[in-house]
Order: sequence, then structure tokens, then C-alpha cells
Amino acid sequence: MAKEAAISRPSEDRAFDAVVYAIAVLIIVIVLYPLIFIVSASLSDPAKVLGGEVWLLPKGFNVEAYINIMQNDKIWIGYRNTIFYAVVGTLVNLIMTILAAYPLSRPDLPGRGPLMLIITLTMFFSGGLIPTYMLVKGLGMVDTIWALIVPGAIATYNLIVMRTYFQSSIPWELQEAAHIDGCTNWRLLVNIILPLSKPILAVMVLFYAVGHWNSFFGALIYIRNESLYPLQLVLRDILLISQSDIADSGVGLEDKILLAESIKYAVIIVSSLPVLVMYPFVQRHFVKGVMIGSIKG
Amino acid sequence: MESAQADATFAPPRRQDGRGSRLIRRMAKRYDLYLMLLLPMAWYLIFHYGPLYGLQIAFKNFNPGKGIVGSPWTGFDHFERFFDSYYFGRLLWNTLTINFFSLLIAFPIPILLALIVTEIRGKTFSKWLQNITYVPHFISVVVIVGILTVFLSPSTGPVNKLIEAFGGSPVRFMESAGWFKPIFIGSNIWQNMGWQSIIYIAALSGVNPDLYEAAKMDGASRLRRIWHVSLPGIVPVIVILLILDVGHFMNIGFEKILLMQNNLNLESSDVISTFVYTTGILKGEYSYTSAIGLFNSLINLTLLLLVNRFARKTSETSLW
Repeated sequence: MAKEAAISRPSEDRAFDAVVYAIAVLIIVIVLYPLIFIVSASLSDPAKVLGGEVWLLPKGFNVEAYINIMQNDKIWIGYRNTIFYAVVGTLVNLIMTILAAYPLSRPDLPGRGPLMLIITLTMFFSGGLIPTYMLVKGLGMVDTIWALIVPGAIATYNLIVMRTYFQSSIPWELQEAAHIDGCTNWRLLVNIILPLSKPILAVMVLFYAVGHWNSFFGALIYIRNESLYPLQLVLRDILLISQSDIADSGVGLEDKILLAESIKYAVIIVSSLPVLVMYPFVQRHFVKGVMIGSIKG
Repeated sequence: MESAQADATFAPPRRQDGRGSRLIRRMAKRYDLYLMLLLPMAWYLIFHYGPLYGLQIAFKNFNPGKGIVGSPWTGFDHFERFFDSYYFGRLLWNTLTINFFSLLIAFPIPILLALIVTEIRGKTFSKWLQNITYVPHFISVVVIVGILTVFLSPSTGPVNKLIEAFGGSPVRFMESAGWFKPIFIGSNIWQNMGWQSIIYIAALSGVNPDLYEAAKMDGASRLRRIWHVSLPGIVPVIVILLILDVGHFMNIGFEKILLMQNNLNLESSDVISTFVYTTGILKGEYSYTSAIGLFNSLINLTLLLLVNRFARKTSETSLW
């Protein structure tokens, strides 16, 4: 019996390994294939894409779709707006989140429990879409950039992550010592806490910035003026609503349809590029953020 | 330190200060911390509790001229209208089934992925697997739906080209009510399995290695070790994440459903949250849709409380 087990285990083990690796490879293929296909299709001759000749690598290398996008004003305006919203929005997010997270990380703050409760309760219920919309409208923010920045100024989850970091990673003795030396809380925050919190600040910038970059719903309900459209809303129009609007430079109808289709692939690439190019360099930070969040999730 | 002790023991008059005034002194000493909190707390009150105050229009007939407070009360009229409406059954059914099947199918997959990642022996390959599966998480909803549209396009998409190559006829996936839910849930899994597996991977790395050694000595196969050591080790994390998922059960994927919705698949893509958007924001029926939104939140809150209680009773893990 024991002998049998000793002989059979390695082969059983190898079979198990084989299954695990096979599933892993299958997962990688499923995740990557659509992405590779989009990249290849965007760089191929539109006629070959529509004819179903492109499967993995580009066929009939062609960058016309990209040139067409370069000449499209809407996309440039969307790009510019989104960069602006992402920069200003993230700055506001960061300031507001720090201002909330630091005091609430202090064990010596009277009333910390009730204040925390007021904040965490909002994670479980809300007034809903319509009352929020009416509030933003009532504040006169509709059709201004503020509608995309102020209502989402703090993400409660991020606030809790940051507070947890302040509490667990910065020694309380350090803060007490600074107090004894007569350091005010503002100076403590700016000169000691924040320089020690660079990792979590990086995580926050990434979380918030990607959120701004990818968000479209705020703009969908609050922004009517096309010159304020963020990239995602322009994208939605190109990808999901109109077909030929953008391809007005083509000659015949068939060319127009071809171009409109190939532009879809290119537009997906152009809009996702900044995040995906950044990704390999920053993904460690993202993962760290999720980990810190899960400590006291 | 010494002088503080001396104060407490040798100076009785101090003690007669009420707890209240001592609290005020402690608060006054840290007034700058409250100053920091001023803006964020004001923001929470306005942007999270303000809409709750505005929610009263669910019981009123909102009239822009009279404002929220001045509009006349109507009691539960809007709720009754919703329950009696033609759409009620369809909306509730779609909302519940989409979310139920998402939970049933999509929830276990990140756990399986995490197990695979930890069972892989080659560290480099395991890292690659992780980093690749995280990527789709960073793609926007608009782009995801755009990818679905081009990928499943009946005339140009590779999926239909493949079907045609095998002699089938093209399927209009995006305009089909029957395909809506599988596509929605499938693409959610594609996008999120990697990202959601991070927490499980972290939890698995925290399982005591001695337990594996002991199981190995007892002759447990790797599959049995997963079943008897790995999974029990991460049950608390699974339970917490399950509760959190139920916590936004009724609102899951709202933006994506809205983008995928069209007249031809409306029968299975019409959910409560998208109905609130189209009827409320686009058609301006504020009071009616506020009532629907409130109904939605109440179901959600009830589910959350039930699941939390159930979890506390059965696995001794819960949110509170």
C-alpha cells in the first residue's frame, strides 16, 4: 500500500501540475486574445479585417485609421478635457482624502468613532441617483466641470485604506514625540506624515486617476455641452452610437463604412493606451493598495 | 508624566471637573484636527446625506416651482404606481436574475484563479499569469462594451467569422435578448477575475504552511490539500467578500448594462437602475423614479442584513 502510494504519487502530482498549467495557459489566451486582436485589427487593412482575414497578427499593415483619428477634433477635445479632469480631480480627491483620513487615524481624537460611523454608513445606503442629480443641479453644477469633480471628491473605500495606512504604518510614538517638541498638527501632517506615506499616496493617485480617466457616467448625466465632453463620452458616441459620423473624409460609401469600422479598433487603442502603457510600471502599487484595503476591509 | 500622576492623586479639586469639561478641553487642544475635518465632513453631509433629505420627494409630487419642501405629499402613490406598472415584473426579474447569476457564476472564479496561481510552481509563470489577468480591470466600461460590439459584430466580428467557417449562420449577439445575460456576465468575468483574485492570493499566502506539511504526511493528495487546507483557510475572506458583493447586489454593472442596452435586447436588459435613469433623468419623472430608487435600496439593504446575519450564525464571520 505504502509502496504503491510512493510510486503513484509523483505521477499523480505530475498530472495535477499538467492540469493546473493547462488551465493557466487557457486563461492567459482568453484574456489576451481579444486585446491582441484589437491591436492587430487597428493596424490592418480595413478590407482584410472586414473580410475576416485577420486572426492574430496584422494583415496588410495600415495606419490610416490612426491618421484619421489624429485629424478628429472631437477626440482631441475629449482627450484634453479628460486630462484636465483627471489632474484637477485627482488633486481635489487627494487633498480631501488626506484631510479626512489623517484626523480620523488619530487614536486621541475625541468623537472619532461617531465620525467614522457617519462616513462608513454611506457605503451601505445612499439617496440614489435622482436625489443626487437634483442636488447637483440645485447647486448649479450641471454643465460645469465641477459636476465631474465635486460630487466624487472622496471615495470612502480609499479614505478607509489611507486611514488604515496612517494608523498601521506610522509609529504613534513618532507623532507624540513631535507634539512634545511643540509641532502643530498641520506641520506634523505636512512635514512628517505625508513624506512617510509616499507609497500610499502613489496608490491613491493611481486609483483616483484611473477612475477619472475611465469614468463616463457623471458626464453622461451632468454634461450637455459637447465642448466639455470627456474622452469616454466621445468614445461612446464613436463606438456605440454613430457609425459614419467620424469617417467623413472617405470617398465612396463603402470606403466610409470600412473606415468607420477600422476607426473603432484604433480608437479603443488610443483611448486605453495611457493607462495600459503606465500599467507595467505601476501595477505593484495597485496590488499593494488592494492589500492594504483588505487588512481591515 | 510624574507631574500628571501627582495632579491626579494630590489635587482632588481637579477631579470635580465634570467629564464634559475635560472632553471639551481635550477637543479644544486638538481644534486643528477638527479644522482639517471641516471640509470633508461638510462634503459628506452635503453629498451623501443631502440626497437622503431629498429622498422625501419619493412621497411627494415634485414640482420644480415649489421645490422639495413645498411640493404636496402623496404618500405611497408612486410606489403603488410602480408595483402596478407593466414594467415592474420584468424589471425585478431582470435585476434579480442578472445579479443572482453573476454571484453564482462570477463569484467563485477568482477563488479558482487564486488557487491556480498558488499551485503553479514556476514563480515567473505565476507572476505572468497574475499580471496578465489584472490588465482588463483597467479598461473602461465604454471600451469593454466597444470591444464586445466589434468582437461579436454579425458582419465583421471574429466570433461570427468562426461560426460561419463552421457552416453556421451569423448571430446578432448584441441585439439578442437571449444572449444579453451570458455576454454581460461572461465579459464581467473576463474583466474582473484577475483583479478580484488578488485578495484571495494574499489570503492563501497567509495559510499556515505547517498545515500543508501535516496534510502531506497524512498522505493527502494536492487536490485534497486544497479542499481541506487551502479553502478552509480563506473562508473568512470569502464570506466577507460575499457580503460586500451582496451589499451592492441591486446596482451591479449598472453603467455597463446601460451601454449594452438597445431596443432589441430590452426584454432582458431592462433593470431597475437603468429604468430609473431613462425615466428619471431623461424623461424628468423625478418623484416616481426616486420612489423606485428607494425601493431598490431597501431591497438591497434587506439582503445585506440577511446575508450578514446568516454569515454570523453559520461561519462566525460577518461585517459587524
